[in-house]
Amino acid sequence: MNILSSFVIIPFVMLLALFFCKGMKSIRTVMVGGASLLLIMACVVTGLFLTNDHPAGEMLFVADTVWYASLHIHYTVGVDGISVLMILLSAIIVFTGVFSSWHMPREYFMWYCMLAIGVFGFFISLDLFTMFLFYEVALIPMYLLIGVWGTGPKEYSAMKLTLMLMGGSAFLLTGILGIYFTSGQSTMNLPELAGIPIPLMHQYWIFPVTFLGFGVLGALFPFHTWSPDGHASAPTAVSMLHAGVLMKLGGYGCFRVAICLMPEAAQELSWIFLILTGISVVYGAFSAVVQTDLKYINAYSSVSHCGLVLFAILMLNRTAMTGAVLQMLSHGLMTALFFALIGLIYGRTHTRDIREMGGLMRVMPFAAVCYVIAGLASLGLPGLSGFVAEMTIFVGSFRHPDLFHRVWTFVATCSIVITAVYILRTIGKILYGPLVNEHHLSLTDAAWYEKVSAVCLIACIVLLGVWPSAASQMIMNSLQPLIELWKL
Amino acid sequence: MIDYSNFMILQQEAGLMLVFLILLVYDIFGTEASMRWFRLIACGLFGIHTIGGFFSGAAGVAFGGMFISSTMTVFMKNLLNVATLLVLMQAGEWLRTPKLRIREGEFYIITLATLLGMYLMISAGNFMLLYIGIEIASLPVAFLAAYNKYEEHPAEAGAKYILMTALSSGIMMFGLSYLYGAMGTMYFDDLGQQLMIDPMTILGFVFFFAGLAFKISIVPFHLWTADVYEGAPTPVTAYLSVVSKGAACFVLLFTLYHVFGAMEQVWYPMLWGLSVITIMIGNLFALRQKDMKRFFTFSSISQAGYILLGVMPGTAQGMTATVYFILIYLFSNLAVFGVITALENRTQRTDIAAYNGLYKTNPVWAFVMMIAVFSLAGIPPFAGFFSKFFIFASIAERGEYLLVFIALINTVVSLYYYLLIIKAMFIREPDESLREAWSTDQYNKTSLLICGIGILVIGFLSGIYEHIGSLSAGLFT
Repeated sequence: MNILSSFVIIPFVMLLALFFCKGMKSIRTVMVGGASLLLIMACVVTGLFLTNDHPAGEMLFVADTVWYASLHIHYTVGVDGISVLMILLSAIIVFTGVFSSWHMPREYFMWYCMLAIGVFGFFISLDLFTMFLFYEVALIPMYLLIGVWGTGPKEYSAMKLTLMLMGGSAFLLTGILGIYFTSGQSTMNLPELAGIPIPLMHQYWIFPVTFLGFGVLGALFPFHTWSPDGHASAPTAVSMLHAGVLMKLGGYGCFRVAICLMPEAAQELSWIFLILTGISVVYGAFSAVVQTDLKYINAYSSVSHCGLVLFAILMLNRTAMTGAVLQMLSHGLMTALFFALIGLIYGRTHTRDIREMGGLMRVMPFAAVCYVIAGLASLGLPGLSGFVAEMTIFVGSFRHPDLFHRVWTFVATCSIVITAVYILRTIGKILYGPLVNEHHLSLTDAAWYEKVSAVCLIACIVLLGVWPSAASQMIMNSLQPLIELWKL
Repeated sequence: MIDYSNFMILQQEAGLMLVFLILLVYDIFGTEASMRWFRLIACGLFGIHTIGGFFSGAAGVAFGGMFISSTMTVFMKNLLNVATLLVLMQAGEWLRTPKLRIREGEFYIITLATLLGMYLMISAGNFMLLYIGIEIASLPVAFLAAYNKYEEHPAEAGAKYILMTALSSGIMMFGLSYLYGAMGTMYFDDLGQQLMIDPMTILGFVFFFAGLAFKISIVPFHLWTADVYEGAPTPVTAYLSVVSKGAACFVLLFTLYHVFGAMEQVWYPMLWGLSVITIMIGNLFALRQKDMKRFFTFSSISQAGYILLGVMPGTAQGMTATVYFILIYLFSNLAVFGVITALENRTQRTDIAAYNGLYKTNPVWAFVMMIAVFSLAGIPPFAGFFSKFFIFASIAERGEYLLVFIALINTVVSLYYYLLIIKAMFIREPDESLREAWSTDQYNKTSLLICGIGILVIGFLSGIYEHIGSLSAGLFT
């Protein structure tokens, strides 16, 4: 059996095992055991990938099984540097997510496992059909996870999120069928398709359609509106997984499908989407400034940061794209940390309104310090992951010789300042200000399982911040063939 | 001299007749005590017939081209058999309610009679036989719809159905008379080879198509559907929405490809428009329904629109996708109706509010309903995703990306109302009156188990799709 398939099989086995679980203890055993196994497997794959001497841009651990022969649908798995990093990110967040949803019932974890199947399956797939299949598998559990275990206007948010993302996948499927039929109906395999030029006439409509399809999940303006409502209503671990990993599906898909398969159209049409992503970046940051709900602040900040991912991908040069993948990692880690801590705070104070909180640093020092670290990572303090990612993106983007690109880079850079505003304001208000509510004095600090989740994420953020070269080397290698194609 | 070997080609028909006659005699002469076994015998015999169908290799042409059997028709009949068997299993509990008990046998016998008509429709090689088949398949269904004739709704449904059936048959006959007048033959083969495109044959085709469209309930010929489906007993609704509709779709495939193939420039744009409005109207009307049966009526109308998408391309790929779609639709829709019947037998309710909190009281049924609904909506990993994908692939092969996109956007709309059911079952709290757990009899459980396995497994078994592909490829060479 292929090592990559285990990323789909392990969550599936966990799902089956949960059927037979009775008490909380056995459920937790299954979940923690399975999630740790996934994390170990992810580390093993990363290790094997790094030690394997392979030419730049080649897929490793490829396995190919014919599925629907008449439509050239195969179950094909394989990874390059970018997907390995994404798998690692997903494994970390799935692992920490389990600890952040410690008291949840069995059904919750069953849907959680299904979400994991979709996410991992998406990142290991090299076949358009299976990729799309896993993409949709990841979307549907969200409805029930938010609808049943969410807070606030959960039914509304769940429905909005599901329908908007499925609307995106309608664009996507049209694009996928377009790619298959206009490239000569011979294969659905991504690396093979990259070698078959799609007629330019068709590229001009397939590129926008697929980019838009994935872009909806990547919170592309004006299709980002599902994100704040969805994230705010979702239970903690679901917000973590959704903002941390699922939104990355959008960025990864835009890169892997829209840009890699249609490089000519990408060069011609990227300006349209560049404008939209630029708006996402700045508008998301401004929206975060005026929010009073902690989750909404973080959700809009996600819109801004994920906008930056798409923005950098569209710059179509090596440095910026490397930055985009780094930003995916960095944003995934820190937003998961944010949501884990917000869940922790909300679970104790029963409010997420920043006006009703203050002085929490004295009450729950551990959680408060973690929150500060997450905030600093988010506003790009050197030594933490956010700095590395944003620096790479802006340096890469500004290298673009074109005036339009430079101006937009300048506009997008403004978001850093705005980010500082809302992060520092929130931290100052809820952690350092005077104590607003006397009852908050009796609150407890983080429990051990919440600490596990926070410490893991902080460790990864710091690691990526001080030693980014390993990751960026893997990314650059994978980008090599594309760069050669554009002769940049 | 009659060539008796012709009858060998009618194996499946003969088998069905045999089952039908045994049950008829048993029903007439059986004592009240022996009627206890009727259901077991009926399901058992028909089950054997169904299994036997999979080993039937009757292919060939009988009675001078009047009756055509191929591996594809055998497969289609097998599909209808499976669906009918599931319906018979689901109907049993309802038939044993005190009022209906004495007439239990009639249901099975009449259902099998309509099935025979559908066999003839599928295998027809001549429009006359097709017409006879349609009549055999339709008239007894009116009886089934009005089975519970002392109640208001079933009686209304029966009357409506018979009026609409008579009308649609008349329209179809009118169209056929034009075709006969223009071409001088009713044989599919002759028509297929000689068909000229002139106003008269086009008119004939349009009327014929309208007649068939009534049966498939394509918009704008769908107006009878909601009332009949709602008024008819739930197992009959299931039968109508799956078996009856499926048979008519198979006929549409054969006649369009075989007979009217030369007329593609006429029916292609026609189907384009009809499929779009069928999907849209079906979806839009489903949005605001409060009754499950009406709800799934409109859902089945929009599913018919997707079937038209598969029929449109006129290729082997399209035929494969259509037959595969109907196969999946069969399992999904019957799973839905199985749960609806079970709940209706307990509570006499079919409104969506009755499903509130179903997961808390009856997790298993809620689970079955969920996978069925997701399959209908086309969500992976359930089988409906695969069938929808193949339909879209077959139409995209013709370059109709706009149509694919419209249909896909409509799946999003349909997802909204399918999610309403999921919401009721999983998110809402149950009413006070519906808090106790309920169950259903072994037959219905078995049928739901079969449907559930079908929904979960078929998508992953590519062999089934490839098998249908080889069958339809055989027809196109």
